[in-house]
Amino acid sequence: MVVSRARQSYDGVVLAVPVTVPYQRYSIETAHWWMGKALRALAEGAGISHRDFDGFSVASFTMGPDATIALTQHFGLSPRHIDHVPMGGAAGIVSLRRAARAVQAGDADIVACVAADTNQVDTFRKTLANFSRFAQDASYPYGAGGPNASFALIARHYMDRYGATREDFGKLCVAQRDNALKNPDALMKKPLTLEQYMSARPIAEPFHLFDCVMPCAGAEAFLVMREETAVSLGLPFVRLLSAIERHNAFAEDPVQVRGGWVVDRDELYGMAGSKPDDMDFVQTYDDYAVISMMQFEDLGFCAKGEGPDFVRQHTFTIDGSFPHNTSGGQLSVGQAGAAGGHLGLTEAMRQLLGTAEGRQVEDAKLGLVSGFGMINYDRGLASAAAILARA
Amino acid sequence: MTGPFLKPKRKNPLARTTQPLLPPQARSRKAHGLTLAASVGRFMLQCCGECGRYTYPSREACPNCLSSDLTFKNAPTGGSLLSETRIEVTSDPYFREHMPWRTGLVQLDCGPIAIVHLHGGCGGPGSRLKLSLQLDRAGQAVFFAKPVSETPHMEDDPQWREMTADPKHRRVLITDGRSPLALPLARALGKAGASKIFIGVTDRWKPFGQQASLEAIEGVEIVDLDPTSEHSVQELAMDIGVKVEILINTADHVRPAHLFDVGAAKIAREAIDHTVVGLMRLAQAFGPVMRSRGADGAAGAVAWVNVLSVHGLSNAPQFGVHSAAHAACLSLSQWLRTELRPGGIRVINAFTGPLDTEWFQTVPPPKVAPKAVADAVLDGLKRGLEDIYVGDVAKDIEARLYDNPKAVEREAGQ
Repeated sequence: MVVSRARQSYDGVVLAVPVTVPYQRYSIETAHWWMGKALRALAEGAGISHRDFDGFSVASFTMGPDATIALTQHFGLSPRHIDHVPMGGAAGIVSLRRAARAVQAGDADIVACVAADTNQVDTFRKTLANFSRFAQDASYPYGAGGPNASFALIARHYMDRYGATREDFGKLCVAQRDNALKNPDALMKKPLTLEQYMSARPIAEPFHLFDCVMPCAGAEAFLVMREETAVSLGLPFVRLLSAIERHNAFAEDPVQVRGGWVVDRDELYGMAGSKPDDMDFVQTYDDYAVISMMQFEDLGFCAKGEGPDFVRQHTFTIDGSFPHNTSGGQLSVGQAGAAGGHLGLTEAMRQLLGTAEGRQVEDAKLGLVSGFGMINYDRGLASAAAILARA
Repeated sequence: MTGPFLKPKRKNPLARTTQPLLPPQARSRKAHGLTLAASVGRFMLQCCGECGRYTYPSREACPNCLSSDLTFKNAPTGGSLLSETRIEVTSDPYFREHMPWRTGLVQLDCGPIAIVHLHGGCGGPGSRLKLSLQLDRAGQAVFFAKPVSETPHMEDDPQWREMTADPKHRRVLITDGRSPLALPLARALGKAGASKIFIGVTDRWKPFGQQASLEAIEGVEIVDLDPTSEHSVQELAMDIGVKVEILINTADHVRPAHLFDVGAAKIAREAIDHTVVGLMRLAQAFGPVMRSRGADGAAGAVAWVNVLSVHGLSNAPQFGVHSAAHAACLSLSQWLRTELRPGGIRVINAFTGPLDTEWFQTVPPPKVAPKAVADAVLDGLKRGLEDIYVGDVAKDIEARLYDNPKAVEREAGQ
């Protein structure tokens, strides 16, 4: 038996310059174009040259045939730490964790974490058809419904087992649309009512149109550095207090009802010296509302199976009793491929930097961001979470 | 519940024919262990030789003990439905034409979890299911779940019909009416609801024994067909090619000859002309039009059946020429299978041991009754098989070839 060593803290690790390259439903450009925009915005935001980034971490589904190394030449970077984090919705936090350790150890000073995906007309279908070996062998040939069909199976089971209703999912979707109306970068600009949600056309039962994210093109990015670097550059920053990741947890559960957060959440709150109630806002990974509900449970905001009740007890709007996905989340902003896993991080940074403008959560000091991803076959394999704090 | 599959309305001759599309075809090499099982109607999953656990999806190492000793073994066919969905929207062109599509998540009795195609008659989560491995229109293996007990019109479920080649409301061509297989085949097809049964006959002026019986079957039409004549085959294809949804090639030519006999080469050439080259002529004439009609309505073109000698798989000296000709037919049928796949047309090979007919008079039993071949072909069409072994001799050779093909070769003729 291997004895685990207590994890070292993230003291001194900060995040700065949240970047969102405004999304487009379809783009004729490649992922590289979106990365270039993000890198330029990072450099401009930091007031330095992009050549000063000595760390470069990338998440993308559509950058093929390139790997990160090829991108260094593409963008004229000469980093000493590079990373490719192909973990979909968990990529943002995984990227952050690795970058944090790199800057702590002095392997790098400034790591640019970039997620970008294009969405050309046939990109989504091709991504689904080539997603993974298990998906190719054992899920895609069954109706080719993509994640909608796979998560529909998980959602239906969750509803049967814990009594969640479509109205519960709808409440989260409607609240996020409310939030999105305050976010100029959100692709969804029209209000959404519960009636509209309920009567929308079916996609894969129990999912209807507004349960599903809209695939789009876009980029999200941020910088990870040591506090002293941020201070010397005169950059406002937020602190990383703790972060966890776990993959393929609870493989023995016949249907996914929980994610890997459950395994590590004590450490998440322990390292941060906080508890769920202390969070001023929560950014879950909302590929589907049922997964947000699972995160409320697995991250300790309520017990397993109490997700539906929890949803009924709170409002999830910016000024409500449980500010949640304050940008509007992927459901209303759009899902720009792997950038969807970074959306919660950049939004949390803005909330803690006090730059969230019309959607600012009042006096936000502490926030939780969660990531989830990679439905390799029948369940999402990757789960991750981080707690960030105002400096 | 599924409603009955009613006879499709006559097609508007001005309407464009829907082009065939295939479901997603990409598979890992290991996954073809399932294809092998599905092709013969078996239910097999990878099973670890070290820890004994079944695993799915197909892997290169056992997730329990990391052994690479994973072989496909027969598995119990039961399972329980954990969850289900009805897909209404897909980005895949094939499935888009078949929406909505019901799928489920199943806990297999042997352990693993499988995403499956779900028959319309299955109950909701918690229901018990009977699983099978099927070849879909792309010829790739998929799991299909049906209710444990028979439900009304079970075989008419539209998703199930995509996995099979049911003759119901389809038009069939049997290529050789003089074959002892023709009558039992025609009877079985009529019983299965085939709407038309064309029966090819060479030199129709020559009377043959079962002509009257054939003509007595509803829907039967005798047509001129000489597979040794390119002209005859083309002529018939021009006439009825667009009306053939299932083609059953029963043409054969059994003449004994010893390898060293004077004139053996001539016998071989004749046999090959009747069988191999005959099949090629049929393929050239009927293949393209069948391939183009794979999605021509709910009863579009669906299958090509070859009745082959099991000795085509390993030579039987007492019928050396026949064995050699059928080995060539098998090779040609594999080629045909590849060529017809883009149309979603299934090529079925029914391997049979010696038939209980005059040309196999000298062969000791067990021999195969022509009706047994007909029943097996119908069963194969209805279950969507690809390789069928009919009778005890064929099954024996199948099992022995699987075990040790060299032993079959050494023991031949003994």
